[in-house]
Amino acid sequence: MSLKRSLNALVAAAALAVGAAHAQQTEISFYYPVAVGGPITKIIDGLAADFQKENPGIKVTPIYAGTYQETIVKALTAHKSGNPPVTSVLLSTDMFTLIDEDAVVAVSDLAKSAEDQAWLSGFYPAFMFNSQTGGKVWGVPFQRSTIVLYWNKEAFKEAGLDPNRPPATWSEMVEYAQKLTKRDASGNVTQWGVQVPSSGFPYWLFQGFTTQNGVELMNSAGTETFYDKPEVIDALQFWVDLSRKHRVMAPGVIEWGTTPRDFFERKTAMMWTTTGNLTNVRNNAKFDFGVAMLPANKRRGSPTGGGNFYVFKKSTPEQQQAALKFIRWITTPQRAAQWGIDTGYVAVTPAAWETPVMKKYVEGFPAAAVARDQLQHAVAELSTHENQRVTKALNDGLQAALTGAKPPAEAMRDAQREAERILRPFRR
Amino acid sequence: MNRFQANIHGWLLLLPAAVLLVAFTHFPAVATLWQSFFSTGKPNRPAVFVGLENYRTLIEDDVFWQSLWNNVWYAVGTIPVSIALALVMALAVNRGLRGRAFLRMAYFTPTVLPMIAVANIWLFFFTPQYGLLEQATGLFGLPSHNWLGSPSTALVCVIAVAVWKEAGFFMIFYLAALQQIPPVYAEAAAVEGAGRWYYFRRIVFPLLMPTTLFVLVNAVINSFRLVDHIFVMTRGGPDNASSLVLFYLYEVGFKFWDTAYAAALTMVLLAALASIAIAQFALLEKRTHYR
Repeated sequence: MSLKRSLNALVAAAALAVGAAHAQQTEISFYYPVAVGGPITKIIDGLAADFQKENPGIKVTPIYAGTYQETIVKALTAHKSGNPPVTSVLLSTDMFTLIDEDAVVAVSDLAKSAEDQAWLSGFYPAFMFNSQTGGKVWGVPFQRSTIVLYWNKEAFKEAGLDPNRPPATWSEMVEYAQKLTKRDASGNVTQWGVQVPSSGFPYWLFQGFTTQNGVELMNSAGTETFYDKPEVIDALQFWVDLSRKHRVMAPGVIEWGTTPRDFFERKTAMMWTTTGNLTNVRNNAKFDFGVAMLPANKRRGSPTGGGNFYVFKKSTPEQQQAALKFIRWITTPQRAAQWGIDTGYVAVTPAAWETPVMKKYVEGFPAAAVARDQLQHAVAELSTHENQRVTKALNDGLQAALTGAKPPAEAMRDAQREAERILRPFRR
Repeated sequence: MNRFQANIHGWLLLLPAAVLLVAFTHFPAVATLWQSFFSTGKPNRPAVFVGLENYRTLIEDDVFWQSLWNNVWYAVGTIPVSIALALVMALAVNRGLRGRAFLRMAYFTPTVLPMIAVANIWLFFFTPQYGLLEQATGLFGLPSHNWLGSPSTALVCVIAVAVWKEAGFFMIFYLAALQQIPPVYAEAAAVEGAGRWYYFRRIVFPLLMPTTLFVLVNAVINSFRLVDHIFVMTRGGPDNASSLVLFYLYEVGFKFWDTAYAAALTMVLLAALASIAIAQFALLEKRTHYR
């Protein structure tokens, strides 16, 4: 009896406490995908704590939900069961998926004040391509990247090339790579000239080639793809030729995950990979290396990549406003700069690059600014309705061409047909 | 009355297990079957009854067929090899051998390791040029090969990892079964002048049949279930060359969010597994001697 009574008292007290806390505090749950190495969760925890100190009425609870893919699975299943996070960092390319599932609210609808609107227009335009559609902003750029070229300066010297001059055009890249490809007496390659990974998400790297060839892969409404345009097929032909005709890149599909390692082991003298690998390369390369924009053909170019903040629909207006406040706070120039320095992501606003701390960092490590300078040439990452399916059609076609199973023209025509079939319902 | 009470008693005893099975196995299976007859609901397009349309899509889906065939080869590649290897390893460590405990542990280690970690290690074994495999083939002067990046070898590579992972687990069952065989049989066989191969073939192997059946059922189920390493090593690539049914099912369900079509795929997988299991029990039960 007494046990029951004391239990009752305890429950009542707990309910009171919770109620009291609710009265004065808005809690926002925040899903965060851990996509790169390093003590990233510690940084996020620290940011959440700092924010709470400055805003005692709001409690930010970071929830580390795994990879990007695992995080969106968790966020969308939570949304379907009626209890989604208030905000989450998810891939910028998930925008159409999240809109189609009616899971998120437009940030531009939340940010109504003139001050808020000014903040939203302060990001690099290249990062906003993937963050807005239909005249509304759906995602706020946070951890974004582009593709850059890393080169081994020692290998350049050995091959008689100027170690401080990266290839600026496609033909230069082929020419350099031919000089950099080393073969032993029996004809086996000991060092490849260049490596462009093609496992997992080859479409992203392929967008480098297509952009440079002056062509876009989709429309901005996300309802149409252009996989079979002649410029696209030419771009794929060039990628395939790197291994089949020029023999300066390993044949077959090249693994994304081991590519930085191949570079450290001097198995390739140049590689294309994300700016997010910058810190990794800096720590592990035992030789002098350089970072450059991707080479140009008709123009320079690279897709952007990485994650945006989204605000979920099934949360209270107070929570949504609190989330907006948190997102504004975390993207202020000072914090965006520090975040970029700590992680290797590209700081998302021009103002962040003007902060003293960032200026000092770039002075000591100029390679960090290459991605920023490339932003003026950057385009939106491939993103459509039914995004993953439409992207897979392209990925399968690219891998078929790279492994020699299909000629590039046929592979791209098949991919386009598949993409059109999937997107048909969205074009009515 | 008494009989009624006994019935109640029996049902009560069954209840905990039955509740769990119904809640987590039977109900989801039936719900999945039900869902597979509807379209995938979206906020602006609620799910509607479409009958067999999802199954019709499935018949026309090249990637599904390729995954299914890959899965058949995956099963053919993993099941006999891992069972044979398990038996050989069990026989090896069943003898009085110096360092036996160490050897048993070594054989069992792959089972303990998480598959994702294992896959990350194997990724580097298969890496072109400086991977372990390449260094070994390089010693014989063989040309470099992109093992995971070629459609012709990617599936073989994921099969090898699965065999490596599974064989040690099955070995434990064989080892336990071998220890149950009374030594008098071996002595009797020796007295009768039976050779070791004859003894194995006529006495040990038949006595191991219940274990073999158990291991076989498990191996078959695993050949459809063990796909974790594909996420790390190939992601089904190149061009679906190493995509298996369960991997494809995950892609459809949780990347494409086409849950209705994923439900149809699940039913196909379920039907295939159930019929294989029934066939196995029906065929092998007759040839298995339980003591």
